[in-house]
Amino acid sequence: MIRRVSASAALLLSSAAALSQQVPGELGELMRQLAARRHGEVSFVEQHFLKLLKRPAESYGELTYDAPDRLEKRTVEPKPETLTLAGDVLTVVRGGRSRALDLKSYPTLAPFIESIRATLAGDLPTLQRLFTVDFAGTAARWRLTLTPRDAQVAKTVSHVRIEGAGSTLTTVEIVETDGDRSLMTLREHP
Amino acid sequence: MSARRAAVLAAWLCSVAVSAAVALHARYITDLSAFLPAHPTPQQRILVEQLRDGPASRLLLVGIEGGSRLARAAVSIDMGQRLRTDPEFASVSNGQEASADRDRDFLFAHRYLLSDAVDARHFSAAGLATAMRDTVADLASPEGLVIKSLVPHDPTGETLHIIDGLSHIPAPQLQDGVWSSGDGKRALLVAQTAAAGSDTDAQEHAIGAARAAFDTAARDVGAQHLELRLSGPGVFAVASRAGIERAVVRLSIASSAVIVLILLTVYRSFAALLLGLLPVATGALVGIAAVALIFGAVHGITLGFGVTLIGESVDYSIYFFIQSAHGDAGAASWQRRLWPTMRLGMLTSVCGFASLLPSGFPGLAQLGAYSISGLIAAAAVTRFVLPELIPRRFAIRDLAPLGARVTAWMEPAGGARSRVPWALALALAGVTVGALVLARDTLWNRELSRLSPASPAQQRIDAELRADLGAPDSLDLVVVSGASLEAVLRGAERAALTLAPLTNAHVIGGVDSPSNYLPSLATQGARRDSLPPAGELRENLDRAARGLGLDSGALTPFLDDVEAARHASLLSPADLAGTSLAAGLGALLMHSGERWSALLPLRTAPGGASDIDLAPVRAALAAAGPGTGGESASVHVLDLKRESDALYDEYLHEAMRLSLAGLAAIAALLWFALRSLRRAALVLTPLVLAVLTVAAVLALCGVELTILHLVGMLLIVAVGSNYALFFDRREGADSGSPLTLASLLLANLCTVIGFGLLSFSGVPVLEALGITVAPGAFLALLYAALLIRHA
Repeated sequence: MIRRVSASAALLLSSAAALSQQVPGELGELMRQLAARRHGEVSFVEQHFLKLLKRPAESYGELTYDAPDRLEKRTVEPKPETLTLAGDVLTVVRGGRSRALDLKSYPTLAPFIESIRATLAGDLPTLQRLFTVDFAGTAARWRLTLTPRDAQVAKTVSHVRIEGAGSTLTTVEIVETDGDRSLMTLREHP
Repeated sequence: MSARRAAVLAAWLCSVAVSAAVALHARYITDLSAFLPAHPTPQQRILVEQLRDGPASRLLLVGIEGGSRLARAAVSIDMGQRLRTDPEFASVSNGQEASADRDRDFLFAHRYLLSDAVDARHFSAAGLATAMRDTVADLASPEGLVIKSLVPHDPTGETLHIIDGLSHIPAPQLQDGVWSSGDGKRALLVAQTAAAGSDTDAQEHAIGAARAAFDTAARDVGAQHLELRLSGPGVFAVASRAGIERAVVRLSIASSAVIVLILLTVYRSFAALLLGLLPVATGALVGIAAVALIFGAVHGITLGFGVTLIGESVDYSIYFFIQSAHGDAGAASWQRRLWPTMRLGMLTSVCGFASLLPSGFPGLAQLGAYSISGLIAAAAVTRFVLPELIPRRFAIRDLAPLGARVTAWMEPAGGARSRVPWALALALAGVTVGALVLARDTLWNRELSRLSPASPAQQRIDAELRADLGAPDSLDLVVVSGASLEAVLRGAERAALTLAPLTNAHVIGGVDSPSNYLPSLATQGARRDSLPPAGELRENLDRAARGLGLDSGALTPFLDDVEAARHASLLSPADLAGTSLAAGLGALLMHSGERWSALLPLRTAPGGASDIDLAPVRAALAAAGPGTGGESASVHVLDLKRESDALYDEYLHEAMRLSLAGLAAIAALLWFALRSLRRAALVLTPLVLAVLTVAAVLALCGVELTILHLVGMLLIVAVGSNYALFFDRREGADSGSPLTLASLLLANLCTVIGFGLLSFSGVPVLEALGITVAPGAFLALLYAALLIRHA
């Protein structure tokens, strides 16, 4: 049983790129471009529009990606905090404390992080496993709308919208079912 | 005559039957308590409780190795789920906390009683503004999604604050959802048994449950080639009990077989063989029964010692058969001529072992009681029962020629006395004493763990698992004792507060306290009383929210919750049921009779020395003084390892003092019985020399002596005194019988074999006895033969 699971997992991993190549058209082309990029470093501004808050809360920081599965989000303001996703382990460092969470233990948390990471990796199979993927635009100027497949996740998250140009992501917007949303704007380092 | 015979046999059978009944119903214990004081000081009592029942004693460390990474994780998850539903385990951790939801619900529901941030200032407009500023920042962080639903109820973030306070302990790394070792090759799980560590039966049961859970999990998952590694005090206790039991059974069989073979070869008589084993069996049985009656329970180590008694008590029947069989007048003559010598030898042994009786340590006192009663019983059976049971036409092989040959070899020049052996003896004494003096600093091992029956391989696995887990060693702890739960919880709060500056100064890494799980009623009450009435809180909230851009209208649930909390009842331990907090609290609280103890394990500072410097801890606690009012509690700082080693050291010293007293008693007995100081000294010299030689050789071989070696030395004197006395007697008026010499040779051979086998038992404590007594007994015979003859 386990052997079968791990075998199919291995198959999925090794053939992610191969599968992307078989997707025809603009989405396939986009995934190929994204997968070709091994490293990325951008700064971000994130705005949280919450009903609780009369004005949006903002945060700033840097986002680093290293293929195939390492994503680091360093928030500088308002509270220094570092989130590192390596494999399945999410490490949160904040206030001098470090906490490691296993993504598998937090299925509701996984899609937010995986939506960005899998997009950066050009890993369409993972995206399609977690979301229904709606593609609009061209490989040069695109928009992905990801709707969670997991019912539990869908209770809180309406959809994730990622926009980009070529292999560069420009915005990530997470829209919650209660109307609250966060908008992350990414900017390449000059 | 036949009436007397019937009376003797009836008395014997009766005592055997009673002893057997007592031994069968006796309670056998194998934990460390044999080495813990029977009448401890208050400090020692805490130590003993900790070693026997404390949280550290209930730890079961589990490692899953081999197979694939995913298989290990799957088995760990499955195993964890099984063990969590098993009432034998108080808590099970492997990175997957099943009770996390229940815990969160509980903490959320009682946040205003549990959060140490709650005081009157916290709910002023300024206090609320400070707390909520952090919450707004949190909302903008990735955690915002998780906490967002909490904010309307808990805008000051009390729930998160409590969770942060409880989850400070560094956990092992996660891999595939479960804890794993740093190299990723071993999945880790830690369980705490519900039963105390000293309850070896319960520990064995729990270990069996863990193994079964592993087997089932591995089968369910379909994983192969996985290996289970278990460790912890309970595992050690169970393994050592099994080890001692196995060794006792194996060695009893082996030494019995060898001795039976030798005796059969020598006697050429089945009757003699069977009769010869009667004193041995009777002695062992009476010994166990006596210990059970005197102490209420028999330590496993005493039982292990029982094997050694075979070596000595078999001597008695050997003396009797050989010396009486071909003597001129048989049994009656033996009883008259030689029994007094053997009786004196037996009394000498009894004197030696009697010195152990006053020991404050049950293990030693039991050894003493066991040996004394066993030897007296064996000698009595030899003296009174064997003569009645000897068949009319009883005959064994004539050993006179053998004795004569040895005599001739020993006395080549027609019995001329030589000064050479004594000169050599003097030199030997000088050399051995010199060697022992030189080695005096490293001569004795002062660590209690040296008595641990765990094998080095087991100890290595234990060290590895603990290192992997970043182990909750709990070797240093603060113990707060008092007359009630409330008293010790208050004391624990005070102590934790007192030690907080040391944590900030990185003297210690932190301190865990039961009051983190359940604050005292006083503290809970103070927090509840500090909650402002609804109107006042609403005003404060409005003012604070305005500055932060928070919509105070959305925070109405907060106002309702605080109002409800103002009228909520305070928490008692029962309220924690079903959460992992109950296990956390239970692990840090002990309760026996009228006494409560709260345990506050100290953690080492990150990156600091592995040993905590306890001086500042003691100083801080002493400066804080005892609690005030009627609910005061006493505070002790305990370093489990050092305290237990100190205890053992004291125990070793006591044993040495007692042994020296025993030696003095033996000397006095010999002086009195032989009515000559010179003869008493003559008898003692070879024995002391044998002990010195063995100790010196062991020291030279780098063996660190333990309490068991000391007991072995006592045994050398006990066994050897028989040899020396018989030689002394030969030199007296009634000298000459080569049979006496033959009987001594045979007795010595049996003793050396009996104890020699112990050296191969694989149980460290029994090995220590074996390597001391086997060569010592041989040397005692040799020295006695050479020296007494030439005196």
